[in-house]
Order: sequence, then C-alpha cells, then structure tokens
Amino acid sequence: MNDQLVMNRIDQAFSKKKGVLNIYFTAGYPALEDTLRIAKDLEDAGADMLEIGMPFSDPVADGPTIQESSQQALENGMTIERLFEQLKDLRKEVSIPVLLMGYVNPIIQFGVKQFCNKCEEVGVDGVIIPDLPMQEYLDSYQTHFKQKGIHNIFLISPNTSEDRIKEIDRNSGGFIYVVSSSSITGAKKGVQDGQVEYYKRIQSMDLDNPQLIGFGISDKQTFETACNYSDGAIIGSAFIKKLMQGSDKDSIKEFVKSIKGIK
Amino acid sequence: MSEYNVNEKGYYGQFGGAYIPEMLYPNVEELRTNYLKIIKSESFKNEFDHLLKTYVGRPTPLYFASRLSEKYNTKIYLKREDLCHTGAHKVNNTIGQIILAKRLGKAKIIAETGAGQHGVATATVCALMGMECVVYMGEVDMKRQKPNVERMKILGAEVRPATSGSKTLKDATNEAMRHWINNPSDTHYIIGSVVGPHPYPDMVARFQSVISEEIQNQLQEVEGRNAPDHVIACVGGGSNAAGAFYHFLDEKNVNLIAAEAAGAGVTTGKSAATTALGKSGVLHGSKTLLMQTEDGQVVEPYSISAGLDYPGIGPIHAHLFDAGRSEFHAITDEEAMIAGVELSKLEGIIPAIESSHALAVFGNRKFEKEEVIVLNLSGRGDKDLETYIKWGKY
Repeated sequence: MNDQLVMNRIDQAFSKKKGVLNIYFTAGYPALEDTLRIAKDLEDAGADMLEIGMPFSDPVADGPTIQESSQQALENGMTIERLFEQLKDLRKEVSIPVLLMGYVNPIIQFGVKQFCNKCEEVGVDGVIIPDLPMQEYLDSYQTHFKQKGIHNIFLISPNTSEDRIKEIDRNSGGFIYVVSSSSITGAKKGVQDGQVEYYKRIQSMDLDNPQLIGFGISDKQTFETACNYSDGAIIGSAFIKKLMQGSDKDSIKEFVKSIKGIK
Repeated sequence: MSEYNVNEKGYYGQFGGAYIPEMLYPNVEELRTNYLKIIKSESFKNEFDHLLKTYVGRPTPLYFASRLSEKYNTKIYLKREDLCHTGAHKVNNTIGQIILAKRLGKAKIIAETGAGQHGVATATVCALMGMECVVYMGEVDMKRQKPNVERMKILGAEVRPATSGSKTLKDATNEAMRHWINNPSDTHYIIGSVVGPHPYPDMVARFQSVISEEIQNQLQEVEGRNAPDHVIACVGGGSNAAGAFYHFLDEKNVNLIAAEAAGAGVTTGKSAATTALGKSGVLHGSKTLLMQTEDGQVVEPYSISAGLDYPGIGPIHAHLFDAGRSEFHAITDEEAMIAGVELSKLEGIIPAIESSHALAVFGNRKFEKEEVIVLNLSGRGDKDLETYIKWGKY
C-alpha cells in the first residue's frame, strides 16, 4: 500500500469512529453555486463524510428525488469541469472525507485519468460509480485510481453472492456501500426483518473494508439501526427532500441534528 | 469466429459490455450464464420454431416488389415482417425471451416500448403464457401511438407512462431498468432491441436472425442464390437490422445498409441520427455510439417515428459502423413519409414509419439494374395512420 492510501481521509475517518454519517447531495443544487457552501454547512452541522453527486441525465439507479435534483442541477449548468472549479478551495473549507458519486459516461467523456488527477488536486478521497462494473474497473480504471490514492467504492446488494462480496472486498478501498434492499435510491423506507438478517450476514463475513449502509436511511431510527450492524450509513434522498424545502445553514443543521440526535 | 459478432466478453469490437449497477448484476449474470445453454437446447428450439410457425405465421413472405423495382430500376424484394402476428418483427424476439423467462423460473415480465410494437409483442406473449406484464412507455409516445396502447391494455398488460426527460423510448428504458432493480428475483426484463447489457444484444440478435435465415432460403428459391447484393433495414436500437443482417455479417459481398432517423435534419438539433451525431459512450448498460453533450449528458433525440426516437444504437451496429461494414443513411421525417406513401400507392402496403426510413434509401442512392436488394419491411403502418393523416401530402 502506498503512502497516499494510508493518508486517505476515508480510512482516517473509520479508524477514529463508528457510526459514520455520510450525507449525499447533488452538486449545483438547488443553485449552481451552492455546492461548496452546502459541503461546509454539512461539516459544521456534524456530518462525518460527504458524497457529492455529479448529475447525469439518465440516473437509472436513482429514484425520482435524486433524479429531480440532478435535472435541476444540469439546468443550472453543472458539469464535471465546473464542479472541480467549485471544489478548488474544498480543502480550505472542509476537512472531512469527500466522495464524488456519478455515472460512468460523464467520467469517460471527461477522461478517467484527468478525472483522477482532478480528484487528487482538489482533495476528493473516493468515488462511487454505480454503473461501472468491477471487471471494467480492474481492466481500465484501477491504475489511475491507485496512482492518485483515490478509493473506488463498490456496492453490494441483498442478492450479491458471498463469493462476489469477497471479491468486491478484495478490490475495494475505503468502504463497501451496502445497498439496504433491492431498490433504487429513496424507494423503500424503514428497516424490514429480512434486511437485518442480511446486515448480520455481511457483519459475520468479517470483511477487510468498513461498511456503510445506504438506500432507505432517512431518519434517526433507521440510521441507528444501520449503525448497529455496520460502520455507519449514507443518507441521500431524505436530505435532498430537506433541501427542497430550504437549504440555509439552519435547515441543514436541523437535519443533521435530527439524525444524530446531537445538540 | 465472426469478426462482427459478440466476443466472449460481451463486446463487439470496442462496443458492448455490461455497464450495470450491482443491484442488477445477479439478474444479468443469471441470464448470461444460461441463455446459450437454454436457447441451443433441442426442446427450446422445438418450442420456439413451433410458435414462430403456428402463432407468428413464419416464414414471412419474401415478396418481389415489381412496381417499386421498376421505379428505381433495380430488383427489390421486401421481407414481409409486417405480416407477423402483432404487425412487426418484434414478436420473434418476445417469443424467444418469454420461453427463456419461463425456463429461468420467472413469473413476471417487464418491457419498454417506443412505437408500441415491442410492447404489443410483449403483452401478446405474456397473454399467451399467462404471465403478468408491465410495459413502460414514454408519455409522448403513448399519445402518438395510441392504438398500440389500447392493444396492450386489451391484451391484459399494464402500461405505465414514463414522465421524465423527453418522455420517449430512452426514458421508458430508464423506468424499466429501475423497475427491474426494485424487483430482481421474480421478474424478467424483455428488452426489445439489440441494446442493453450483454447478453441482451446478442440474445435479441439471435432471436431475430430467423429473418436472415429465411431470406437465404427464400432467395435461393426465387433467384438461385442465397445472398442478395444489398440488405436494407432501419435502425433505431437496431433489432430488425441485426436480424436481417445476421447471416450475412461475414459475407463481404453483401452490402449492409442501415437507415437512421435524421428527424428534421442532422444539423437541426431535432434528430436521432446516432452515427452522424454520436460518439462512444455508455447508456442503458452498454458502451455504444451515443448522442451526448461534451459533458457526457445524453441528448434528447427526435424523430417522427417513435420506434427510431432513441439517442443510441445497438453495440453491434456501432461496431459495423466503426469497422466500415455497414453503410449508414440519415433519413429525414419528410423523406420517410414520402417513401411510406409511395410504397402504399405502388404496392398496396402501408408500412410502419420506421420501415419507411429504410424505403427512403431508394431516393438517396442509386442501385444497378441487375442487383438484388432485400429490404426488411419491419412493421406495418396501422399504428401510424394518424401521423400519416396529419402529414397529409398524398
């Protein structure tokens, strides 16, 4: 492992604490220039990690809430290039780990190598690309990611076989994104019995990478349940819905407080 | 091994693959590891062939269009896929996939549709097999292809409108993929064209290859040769073209001609001519040629024909284009409509507007008098009457 990987902020975050709260929001939403401000407000409010969505016109793994925010962000003029410009001063303002989430086509058009260079330059620690298959990653992407110490986060779902989970664990860095149920984002709410069995199964596999549970985590209760069986959780659609009502510092603070139960 | 067919990794040259979220991986993998075994088995072949013959009405005629031939001073045969049950070639594929779905133990079927031909073909085979059926269709397409919406409903299918984006085929496909992500275990997704993650493009092309196989046999009978000089077909995703080209892919003396929808014109910003406007990218599970912005956002396509109104093409066609194996023509709405009405008046056949794009190639390029041309008449125009009537120049 090279030095950069050891220094990655995601690894640091998991070594320090359990119950990591990772919050997703869409770059350039609600307004084009909101990206860095919301990131800063989320850190101030107590989020432990950030996942910034790079909007795509056809986000097949996302539900209507995130699609709507992506559509708005694209209409606002958001592009990957503009996002990196906005994140130029990221590390002056934000110290917690930052991930970018997006679909593979815009990244291909931007250039994978250039994308990784930019991530390193602005201080992005990891990337989630749901429609990038593991084999493609290993064949054509991994070298660039590793060179720049950027973690590529893979997803697993309740239908992922044990062998494949182990394979994903071997090829992952940072953490594994445990998709809570077979669904798109924001589709299902609450925690069902079957899900707990699935969480326990993953827990008992003793994987090398930490795990964050995502999809369907929307409030204090679901967050706490997820934390009982993993290293933390990711909230996306529920936060976007909050932003739809108001995106000022106080609203963001109130939202994070409502999840973490902190003052 | 064919240089134009899929390789073991699911690629056609640089195009293809399976770019899917992990949530779909088990489904697609289940399909990939089983589809060849199942469709090559004797019992599958028997059931497939039997239904194609007794239910679909195959073989479809290879009709010598004498008046059209006279007009363009060449020898034109029409492969009459419009005479298939449900009115288009789409049913060849849905029959194949429904038998496959049953053998995979699936209880429910989902599909996407543009012109509604694939939706009708899917609803039909679901009725035939007693399976639950949900078809996603763009809201815009539901309006312009109303008769097909009604047909699907009569057949017992639920038609769900796709209301995002351009509200056409691309968005219906997004919604169907989301449905599949939400219902992975008991549902099979019947993709209607040679698009989507591997193995779909290959599987659909194999089911549609019954078209080129019949062309070989029928041409042997009437012309004493089993290959034409040219095969012409329209390409949206490209399933009818893949089926008409299939057995000729490696026969270099057969010229393959694909007609794409140029809409209002390639340079007007209202077009669906992917090879003219697209570049390599990933959408709906495969790497292919795709109409997109510099930033990689998918550009909303436009065509008067709902079946060709798609921003990409199947990876096989992207490869045929890239390798210079196929000749591509961009046909405008106007050219297609003229060609459709011309066929109606010359031969008594009202073609689907999709097929009219293929017919418009005759106005675009010259053929030699002795050349034998097979044009795949992929569907009939009943569903398009309203569009023809509105256009009204006949």
